[in-house]
Amino acid sequence: MSDKPYEIIIGLEVHVQLQTQSKLFCRCSTMFGQAPNTQTCPVCIGMPGALPVMNRRAFELGLKTAVALNLDIPKFTKWDRKNYFYPDLPKGYQISQFDLPMSQNGWLDISDPKGGFEPKRVRITRAHLEDDAGKSMHDEAAGKSDSRIDLNRTGTPLLEIVSEPDLRSPQEAKAYLTELRLLLTYLGVSDCNMQEGSLRVDGNLNLHINTPEGQVATPIAEVKNMNSFRAVERAMAYEAERQYEVWCENKIKLGDSPGGHKTTRGWDDGRQVTVKQREKEESSDYRYFPDPDLLPVIVKPDEVEQVRAELGELPAAMRTRLETTHGIDPYDSDVIVNQGRELVAYYEELATSTRDGRRASNWVQQDVLRTLNEQETSISEFSISATALAELLKSIQAGDVDNTRAKDVFDEMVRSGMSAGDAMAALGIEKVDESEAEGLCRELLEANPKVVEDLKAGKTKAVGSLIGQAKKRNPNVNPGQFKDMCLKIVEGM
Amino acid sequence: MSVLEFTATELLAELTVGNVSATELTRVYLAQIEQNDEAIGAFLNVDAERALTQAKAIDQRRQAGEQLGLLAGLPVAVKDVLCTKGWTTTCGSRMLEQFVPPYDATVINKLKAADAVLIGKTNMDEFAMGGSTENSAFKKTHNPWGLDRTPGGSSGGAAACVAASMAPLSVGTDTGGSIRQPAAFCGVTGMKPTYGRVSRYGLVAFASSFDQAGPLAMAAEDVALLLEAIAGHDPVDSTSANVPTPSYTASVREPIKGLRLGVAREHFGDGLDGGVDSAVREAIKVFESQGAIVREVSLPHSKYAIATYYIIAPCEASSNLARYDGVHYGYRTDEKEMLAELAEERKTLEEAGDRAKLEAMDTSLVRMYRKTRSEAFGPEVKRRVMLGSYALSAGYYDAYYLKALKVRRLIREDYDAAFKDVDLIIGPTTATPAFKLGEMNEDPLSMYLQDLYTVSANLAGIAAISLPCGITGEGLPVGLQLQAAPFEEEKLLRAAHMFQQATDWHTKRPR
Amino acid sequence: MGLTRDEVAKVSLLARLRFSDEELDTLTTQMGQVVEYIRQLEEVDTESVQPMAHVADIHNVLVDDVPRPSLDREDALANAPKRDDECYRVPAVLGD
Repeated sequence: MSDKPYEIIIGLEVHVQLQTQSKLFCRCSTMFGQAPNTQTCPVCIGMPGALPVMNRRAFELGLKTAVALNLDIPKFTKWDRKNYFYPDLPKGYQISQFDLPMSQNGWLDISDPKGGFEPKRVRITRAHLEDDAGKSMHDEAAGKSDSRIDLNRTGTPLLEIVSEPDLRSPQEAKAYLTELRLLLTYLGVSDCNMQEGSLRVDGNLNLHINTPEGQVATPIAEVKNMNSFRAVERAMAYEAERQYEVWCENKIKLGDSPGGHKTTRGWDDGRQVTVKQREKEESSDYRYFPDPDLLPVIVKPDEVEQVRAELGELPAAMRTRLETTHGIDPYDSDVIVNQGRELVAYYEELATSTRDGRRASNWVQQDVLRTLNEQETSISEFSISATALAELLKSIQAGDVDNTRAKDVFDEMVRSGMSAGDAMAALGIEKVDESEAEGLCRELLEANPKVVEDLKAGKTKAVGSLIGQAKKRNPNVNPGQFKDMCLKIVEGM
Repeated sequence: MSVLEFTATELLAELTVGNVSATELTRVYLAQIEQNDEAIGAFLNVDAERALTQAKAIDQRRQAGEQLGLLAGLPVAVKDVLCTKGWTTTCGSRMLEQFVPPYDATVINKLKAADAVLIGKTNMDEFAMGGSTENSAFKKTHNPWGLDRTPGGSSGGAAACVAASMAPLSVGTDTGGSIRQPAAFCGVTGMKPTYGRVSRYGLVAFASSFDQAGPLAMAAEDVALLLEAIAGHDPVDSTSANVPTPSYTASVREPIKGLRLGVAREHFGDGLDGGVDSAVREAIKVFESQGAIVREVSLPHSKYAIATYYIIAPCEASSNLARYDGVHYGYRTDEKEMLAELAEERKTLEEAGDRAKLEAMDTSLVRMYRKTRSEAFGPEVKRRVMLGSYALSAGYYDAYYLKALKVRRLIREDYDAAFKDVDLIIGPTTATPAFKLGEMNEDPLSMYLQDLYTVSANLAGIAAISLPCGITGEGLPVGLQLQAAPFEEEKLLRAAHMFQQATDWHTKRPR
Repeated sequence: MGLTRDEVAKVSLLARLRFSDEELDTLTTQMGQVVEYIRQLEEVDTESVQPMAHVADIHNVLVDDVPRPSLDREDALANAPKRDDECYRVPAVLGD
């Protein structure tokens, strides 16, 4: 798909905060946005003598996610200390998982209904639990060369999900993230709010360049500080171009010394560029070792099966089912499923009671989603229930109202909270009596002999001008019905 | 007879019948501290007012007919490694000289719940690293049996205060022998319980997979009393064992019929002091005269215990002590001075045009860490942090740390096999009696080798006790070590009590 | 293959310690002796031995996700060597 002489290789590391009430190793609240240093205790401040105890819920949420991502769950998992110094890391180490993570070797399928890339299975290396760090804020207001440290976030449970370098374009990277976020939301394990930092992405990117001497790989860059999926897409695109330019200039390959080692870069959203970050030679020597304060967790196979059984239907399966049960296209199932479980339920109720999956799909995608957007609300707070909307769609099916007027009815329902029937009555919409419609039809045909001629010549489009006139005489005229009637009369002439 | 000659168990009886009040008793011990501690240096912090307030409250509650806790008014000294809410906890380190914990260690909570009177915090090797208490940043502790001798360590203050009758009960901690070796050197009884028996919550960590708090006292009965007060499952310590705590006070006086004692050849090797050797052999005979059956057991991997310990413990310590970085609590270097120093260095390097060194210069944050830690940690702590950081660093993990974890299992398996045949393993606690202060200062490795007979119990996580079993020609006490399978503290206490019924070594006091 | 002074210097940065040249020399000797001593473990056959990171045979120690009150901020910050009303303060965190 690319005319560039290289292939982009991307792997993503995603950190999601798990939705627990309390922290991973202490019982301080995880609530976001509280005053600095009001949600800490000896454990998360890393005070001398304090000890961690694992939050069961956090482990369960991690397990649930791992199973949904098709990861293998080893029987035995343990916790390790990752040692490094940083002011927002009060213990001087992060509690993470090194050689025996709670899950490994899974996958997530991604596709683009618009055909931007071929459907693909992205392999997931591992997902493991760890505790979050606090926040360092540079105090520029005070004009001092100090940083301020807030430890409220310290110890919040994180699940780190590491993909294999299977992504081949910024679009694929974005699609992976979108699908991952959707899955996590379906599972209810994280709110995935990037603004609040509950989902964070680091991207590892390099290029495989085709040269006359064969394929060469450029040095890997790990890109951080990407604050939205859009930023990820742009940062990856920028970084790919940058690496190609650099390679054209210096021809340094991955692993070359000097210059071929992995570097860390930060995405500058304002300037839309990646910037090299300062690094220390020793910074990657984390001296991992098993945390003596925490004991291993043993997960039995039947526990994993139990989690699997309780997962519920996940997005990929749901899309397929909507397509087969309700006869809609992948594009449509994608839009609906991507809106979350509640909208899917709404759609399904509508599709089932109207027995018209496509019409239901159109209405949900256009009118319902538009209104939700306008009202900045969610489907659970939407004023028109699926049953109420079904009544309107049934009226369309019955020919009581045409599609165009039905939109007015819908708007009236939104505005007034009336039922479809009441809204139609309020708008003076009633079905035009068949004899009345026929009379109107004959009258207009007589008055427009040119149209009759065209119709006889097979130019059925000519009836359009009559529909306009009919609507003026009686707005309730159903255009489809009127057209059929005209053609029938002309045929009999 | 002065109350100072009473055991804690006897004192408790006196308190209960009202022959003495907690306040009177506390005053007696405070006076004893006042009189002797200048020479001994067992305490880092004595808060007379706090102790007397506690004692008075206990007396009032007793008078009101309230049910009191197990220690009802007995003074207890606490090693300064256990966090005490609102009361400085220094770990013998400059780093924590000003540290006032906002919480109590579980052991402290339990002592308070048992109505103990916390009389003071005892001196120790900095962060419990050492075997002579000379590594304390604040003062030296002298052995009451000979003021030119070390009381042992790291719980040197904890042992010395009992030996010098400045507290009837004392809580220490034992990572590689830090209760038993000072108990041996000071002629008192001290126990390292099974790993997991006593909560580590609030015990400032040195090596987390070894650390265990335990009692020191004059007699096994007293150790039983204090252990019963502080032992028990603790939900905030993941490594705490969820097993019931037996009533040690109820069982300690029951002799063990047909006690099977194991003697390990490995405990009687080269370097064992003659006086110690004969005292221990005499002790074995005492048990035999009480009907004990003695057989030989083998602990073939015990000769690797010190090497194993001095890999794993420093590794854990290097990580445990990373939190002392001058950010959230504790000492921080003088920032102005630090920044000036950095500026000076930068200037020198710029003038010399040394770009490589300029690039590699510490940031102010990194320099703050390095100066803070280098200024506030003593040499032994730095040495162990360095050793641990080295052993865990890239390329060495498998050769050192992982290897040591494997040998650790072999050491444990030796014990598991031995305890199939015997109830207890008997031997010396230390190879020599108390050595002289300053004797080992320049030679860390010889100091490490002091732990020869004690570290195995920590590596294996089993229980062990040291009790006095003789006095050498130089007039120094000798420690007898008994080791038991995990959670068999009752056997240790009963056997130790049997011995103390037949001998009077534990009643000997320094002059 | 002894421990070199350079290695010791590198480890001192990892451990966030700092030594004078003289101290580095002493430390290299002392650490070298200990490292030499602990290398006796090489003679132990551990081929089929599982590492023992914990002596306690305990696993799955997990607690319910029920929040409890945190420390008052004043108590949390009370021991900080440098602070303001809300936060700990440190020399600027660079390279972020």
